[in-house]
Amino acid sequence: MSAHADTHAHEDDHGHHHKETFVTKYIFSQDHKMIAKQYLITGTIMGVIGVLMSMMFRMQIAWPEEPNVLFEALLGKWAPDGVMDADIYLALVTIHGTIMVFFVLTAGLSGTFSNLLIPLQIGARDMASGFLNMVSYWLFFLSSVIMVISLFVEAGPAAAGWTIYPPLSALPMAQGGSGMGMTLWLVSMAIFIASSLLGSLNYIVTVINLRTKGMSMTRLPLTIWAFFITAVIGVISFPVLLSAALLLIMDRSFGTSFFLSDIFIQGEVLHYQGGSPVLFEHLFWFLGHPEVYIVILPAMGLVSEIMASNSRKPIFGYRAMIASILAIAFLSTIVWGHHMFISGMNPFLGSVFTFTTLLIAIPSAVKAFNWITTLWKGNLQMNPAMLFSIGFVSTFITGGLTGIILGDSALDINVHDTYFVVAHFHLVMGISALYGMFAGIYHWYPKMFGKMLNKNLGYIHFWITAVCAYGVFFPMHFIGMAGLPRRYYTNSNFPLFDDLANVNVIITIFALIGGVVQIVYLYNFFASIFYGKKAEQNPWKSTTLEWTAPVEHMHGNWPGDIPHVHRWAYDYSKPGHDVDFVPQNIPLKDGEEELQH
Amino acid sequence: MTTLLTIIVLVFILVAIWQMVKIFDLAQAKNENTQVATDKDNTMNAYLMMGFLAFIYVITIVCFVKWGDLPLMSNAASEHGVVVDNLMVISMIIIFIVQTITQFLLHYFAYKYKGEKGKKALFFADNNKLEAIWTIIPVIVLAGLIIYGLNTWINIMGVDESDDPIVVELYAQQFNWKARYAGADNTLGKANVRLIDIDRANILGIDEADPNAQDDVITTELHLPVGKPVLFKMRSQDVLHSAYMPHFRAQMNCVPGMITQFGFTPTVTTADMRETSQIKEKVQRINNIRVENSKPLLAKGEEPLESYEFDYLLLCNKICGKSHYNMQMKIVVETQEEYNAWIKEQKAFKNSLIN
Repeated sequence: MSAHADTHAHEDDHGHHHKETFVTKYIFSQDHKMIAKQYLITGTIMGVIGVLMSMMFRMQIAWPEEPNVLFEALLGKWAPDGVMDADIYLALVTIHGTIMVFFVLTAGLSGTFSNLLIPLQIGARDMASGFLNMVSYWLFFLSSVIMVISLFVEAGPAAAGWTIYPPLSALPMAQGGSGMGMTLWLVSMAIFIASSLLGSLNYIVTVINLRTKGMSMTRLPLTIWAFFITAVIGVISFPVLLSAALLLIMDRSFGTSFFLSDIFIQGEVLHYQGGSPVLFEHLFWFLGHPEVYIVILPAMGLVSEIMASNSRKPIFGYRAMIASILAIAFLSTIVWGHHMFISGMNPFLGSVFTFTTLLIAIPSAVKAFNWITTLWKGNLQMNPAMLFSIGFVSTFITGGLTGIILGDSALDINVHDTYFVVAHFHLVMGISALYGMFAGIYHWYPKMFGKMLNKNLGYIHFWITAVCAYGVFFPMHFIGMAGLPRRYYTNSNFPLFDDLANVNVIITIFALIGGVVQIVYLYNFFASIFYGKKAEQNPWKSTTLEWTAPVEHMHGNWPGDIPHVHRWAYDYSKPGHDVDFVPQNIPLKDGEEELQH
Repeated sequence: MTTLLTIIVLVFILVAIWQMVKIFDLAQAKNENTQVATDKDNTMNAYLMMGFLAFIYVITIVCFVKWGDLPLMSNAASEHGVVVDNLMVISMIIIFIVQTITQFLLHYFAYKYKGEKGKKALFFADNNKLEAIWTIIPVIVLAGLIIYGLNTWINIMGVDESDDPIVVELYAQQFNWKARYAGADNTLGKANVRLIDIDRANILGIDEADPNAQDDVITTELHLPVGKPVLFKMRSQDVLHSAYMPHFRAQMNCVPGMITQFGFTPTVTTADMRETSQIKEKVQRINNIRVENSKPLLAKGEEPLESYEFDYLLLCNKICGKSHYNMQMKIVVETQEEYNAWIKEQKAFKNSLIN
């Protein structure tokens, strides 16, 4: 009863008294759907910057130290006569990593879809706190702006790698980028973390408290489970990165020695004594590893949902899927040391981390097999979102399998920090999460903008991207196994690697094609907002609640009462029904049994 | 001016692509009135899925055939390296099998069960037996890998002092390496960067008063006698570096403020390694490339590239600043006699100081 009263109170709150101006509707909006779109568009812009950077440094790797008009045009003083400078190469690599991991695949992916889908799929009028949600977005926006500004400072942007290990990141005399550029990097990330924490707390509170009547935890769509657990991991791990960043700021600016000791550089001994860079590595990876799951779990949730809907079949092993999300989340917090096998950490600790790391393969395997089984005997609707979901499973498997090698400390010794690692993590969390994000955009675009994306452009986008993704990262494993270290400005000082140069050219060509073809997607995305075909209310014939809301956005999501939920989210092709989907808000028929999933 | 022109050209290219996409978009807008996949789309994409599966297999085969001789996976030059390579090959085989099967199932199902109007999917939501199977099989495989892997790891990292290894310090700084041999007493003298005295040529900060330090030998090339265990003590004076010796399957970070270590036994001398067919082929291949790359240089009247001869290398493999890409040291593995002769020629620390 009280749930009823609450929903009515809520309705009054949202339905009537707002007089919206342009500013409150489009800029300082507290509506979760608008905030989702803001996240998505900011993330897209950052993504374009990140991808452009990767295209530039790939060109440098393929054709080292050759003049390039593009460099001259875009890098200015950092490319005298069009030849890329070694410092800016490292900066490009660093900022590419930072932008893609945090700004695109954390904020752009999780921020967009958690905001859009949590209230709509659990049957809530909005997030628990619309105001905090707005603050969260604007902090993210501010951190993005600062990160972009850092690209233009005199001595260059941060260039110590996205992992910013001190002392390199702490000492301006070690590297130009460790001056003002690094300061801005740290400030930007600190604000980003604040944004992420506000967002995560909001998601957690909303999922726990605002589910509509009948929406028990075991009836939640897997998307919500994924966002929920992602937010929990974020709240546990992001503060640790914040502390690492703050301590690093103190080492840099106030002369403390948390991470530094016994340093002689440029002819002088520095005063630092007693700190350890290894401590920073622990703090960084305590976030850094869960971070890759913060990136991949929402993608997994989106893919599960889209696969079920487009297979016209229930997701296979709903409970096993939830259990594996929980297992992955738990394990993700105790595996960070596998980034540090050869950091000087006690080898026994390395053994422990090898053990926990390889365990993660088990829930991951369960998920992969469940997705494959979901396709089995389905009635697959090959919408672009479905293609990206299948692509996700493919790259997740390919990339995940090599994790067995990297997680094994004995093998990691020789491939650590080589291109093998680069290939591994790009496939398993970079490309996969990006596919998850694209899948989500193609699937929920009608919900976001009330328009349909052009499917044929979607097909072109997917197939070229898919070929290029493998073309880039598959050969990359092999140059890694041949011993080529990452983050080398050029390999021309090592004749040993001369016979790998042609592989690098092939990789770069695929990367350039793959990068340019994203224009097709950008066109589709922006043009469809204005000229797209108008969307129906439930174009994919899905069962979840967001498709019971009207196409036109409104504050409070549903014009009347919030729908009540009577079944789980995956009643696709259920025997005994005429249509091949039964939305969650349809009561059970007489004698119909709810599946004991 | 070129900058401006380049940007303008770029913008034009982007606009052109944009317009082409737009034309494509408008051209097909008329004959389709749905943006949801039709049976025709399902069929087309189903076939493309099979094509894509073939693409994955082809790229796998091409990579293995062309670049899969993997000199660094099959000719380890250290005792433990052989074990590492075995483990690597076993892991690769497992990965290869799993990859081939799962990618087949994924893409084949995507092809086989393509949607058709009026067809209904099988309502198949759960099966505990299946879940159990694909939980338990990975558990067994991984248990094997974990046991094998940890065993190997512990053997590699455990230093057996009773082997009486040669102690060598690897000293890293932006952007070069030094090696310090412990001398006749096989004990490194104490050192700290605070003791660095460039004027006296005490570049590694060795304690001049320490008796153990007197016979230490500092070199810019790393020489190792074959078949003798060596224990490296790594030190860095400025930022993180990583001592990566790929041919020996050895790597350890150099951390300012602490001493890290890694030990191994080299098993193949540089001279013998150069005679192996694998390295011969590789060197031949590389020299062909270098001759090819020299042609434009010669045309410009510049020096051609030097011809390449195989050497073991120590590389820096942790981002350390601007010249990270060129931080290397040559490693020479030789017979005990050659080694003895070489080390005898080097100056002891006490004699290298400038007074």
